[in-house]
Amino acid sequence: MSTVKKTKTTGKKPVKAPKASAAKAGKAAISNTAAENPSVADNGQTPGVRRRDFIHIATVSFAGVGAAAVAMPLVSQMSASADVLALASIEVDVAAIQPGQSIKTSWRKQPVFIRNLTPAEVEEANKVDVGALRDPQTLADRTKPGKENWLITLGVCTHLGCVPLGAAAGEVKGEYGGYFCPCHGSHYDTAARIRKGPAPTNLVVPEFAFISDTVVKIG
Amino acid sequence: MSFPWAQEYKPQGTVSKWVDERLPLPRLVYNAVGAGYPVPRNLNYFWNFGVLAGVALVIQIVTGIILAMHYYASVDGAFNSVEHIMRDVNSGWFIRYAHMNGASFFFIVVYIHIFRGLFYGSYKAPREMIWLLGVTIFLLMMATAFMGYVLPWGQMSFWGAQVITGFFSAIPVVGEPLRQWLLGGFAPDQAALNRFFSLHYLMPFVIAGVIILHVWALHIPGSSNPTGVSVKSEQDTVPFHPYYTAKDGFGLGIFLIFFVAVTFFAPNMLGHPDNYIPANPLSTPAHIVPEWYFLPFYAILKAFTVDFGIPFTGIIIIEAKLMGVLAMFGSILLLFFLPWLDTSPVRSGHYRPLFRKFFWFGLIPCIILLTYCGGKPPYTQWVILSQIAAAYYFIHFLIILPIVSRIERPLPLPNSITEAVTGKPLEKAAA
Repeated sequence: MSTVKKTKTTGKKPVKAPKASAAKAGKAAISNTAAENPSVADNGQTPGVRRRDFIHIATVSFAGVGAAAVAMPLVSQMSASADVLALASIEVDVAAIQPGQSIKTSWRKQPVFIRNLTPAEVEEANKVDVGALRDPQTLADRTKPGKENWLITLGVCTHLGCVPLGAAAGEVKGEYGGYFCPCHGSHYDTAARIRKGPAPTNLVVPEFAFISDTVVKIG
Repeated sequence: MSFPWAQEYKPQGTVSKWVDERLPLPRLVYNAVGAGYPVPRNLNYFWNFGVLAGVALVIQIVTGIILAMHYYASVDGAFNSVEHIMRDVNSGWFIRYAHMNGASFFFIVVYIHIFRGLFYGSYKAPREMIWLLGVTIFLLMMATAFMGYVLPWGQMSFWGAQVITGFFSAIPVVGEPLRQWLLGGFAPDQAALNRFFSLHYLMPFVIAGVIILHVWALHIPGSSNPTGVSVKSEQDTVPFHPYYTAKDGFGLGIFLIFFVAVTFFAPNMLGHPDNYIPANPLSTPAHIVPEWYFLPFYAILKAFTVDFGIPFTGIIIIEAKLMGVLAMFGSILLLFFLPWLDTSPVRSGHYRPLFRKFFWFGLIPCIILLTYCGGKPPYTQWVILSQIAAAYYFIHFLIILPIVSRIERPLPLPNSITEAVTGKPLEKAAA
């Protein structure tokens, strides 16, 4: 270690010597003299640093790179496979959904809630002081212009991924009239924004577009 | 390693001499669990539970391998293959129920084993390594049991998989990619079920490996005992065989009576009825709870809501979600530090009046309360109780134990194990 320090204070280029040999306590005295005489240290031919030390380090490094290269496919095989990644978008006909009704559909193996909000629910969502929300978003941010009554969200609680209740008829809607997650008690309001409980963000709004008045394309 | 008075293995026959000179395996067994291993003479029945845990592991491995001969890891076929085992496979109903309840009994004996260690100070020097390996085994057990519960692909299986892999999504930045890597997709599906099957098969053998290290580490200092006083002479010990093989055998008989009684007469008592509904990725059951042996930790997870106040102490990165997950894992990881949190030189809680009060009137009710709240829906009153109990849990280990071990005046210890057993009056007992 003392080698490195001394070399630095003299302002010379750091010795290319492998750290392993510098760390050997037995060589400390020799290394010191090498540091005091930088011309010797620079060509790496001091008695303390042998060419064989370089071969040792190169060999171990090469084996390390090889081990990492083998580990990579062993780890990456667990990532989503090609058939799972082949994601399609879906089209949903929403003509039959009356105000106050909602449907659950499946997209990318995850539930999606499509809800036709009543005017009262829209009003209630717009009444909320957005700045006071944990994840501030207006209803307009979460819907399409002119289609403010169509709330389309993933039915996946942002806490640990359960499907919140409230989409099907007769289910508990929670304290804010939107959705309630039974797993750990997260409450969402009529715009599916997080209001109470452990979930960190609002229910996710997937990418979607109305391709006609009654058909919505998700994904 | 053993005490100098341990009996020596002397091979008698020609064959055993021949084997001993080439591979002294019988010698190893003799010194590990035979007459060659001296054990304190005063062990009570709480010292049976290590052997019982070992037996429970063997039951799980044997029934598990059999079940894997008939189980089919496919989202379309898994649930039906379990019903096929129940109805069509010869004695399949028994083997399946034995495996299912075997997991519960494994956790029952391991929890008693852990609380034995906590009360009698079995984690203290020179036995820290035994304790560390034990906590490692406990973590591996929980991972194994979780993945096993996913395999029948019922509602609780599916939503348990969703929630528990969801823990990892709480980690900042790498969380969501990590979750998708664990699942092999965006939600639990075929890829997840398939790999959980593979890993559920692997893990018990990893556990068996760590148990070998656990027992090895135990045999360096030898067993602790209810007085916490170290072994001083040959008088303090008896050979493991036949004295403790017999006692453990008796305990095992009692354990098996309870085990088969539940397996035969109340096999679904400890399970959840919703797992008899096939997995539905579009609907979470209204009352989703984990298996009973995860309830205390689940309660700690649920105790952290934003309303609780801890998250916004200036560091906004730690959301309630991450706090809950950290607290839940932290509640187990802190056990790794226990040998250094409890600094009292007296091992056994029997001679520690203040420690004993906090153990029986603090820690034990706190764990019972956590277990109870963990099974309740997340309504305000249960959340508040969980918060109080979770706070006490951490305060107990991180604050109360270190303070108690400094200020406490322990009762006088017996001079030796033999003195404690033979009941001679202690010199300072009147104090």
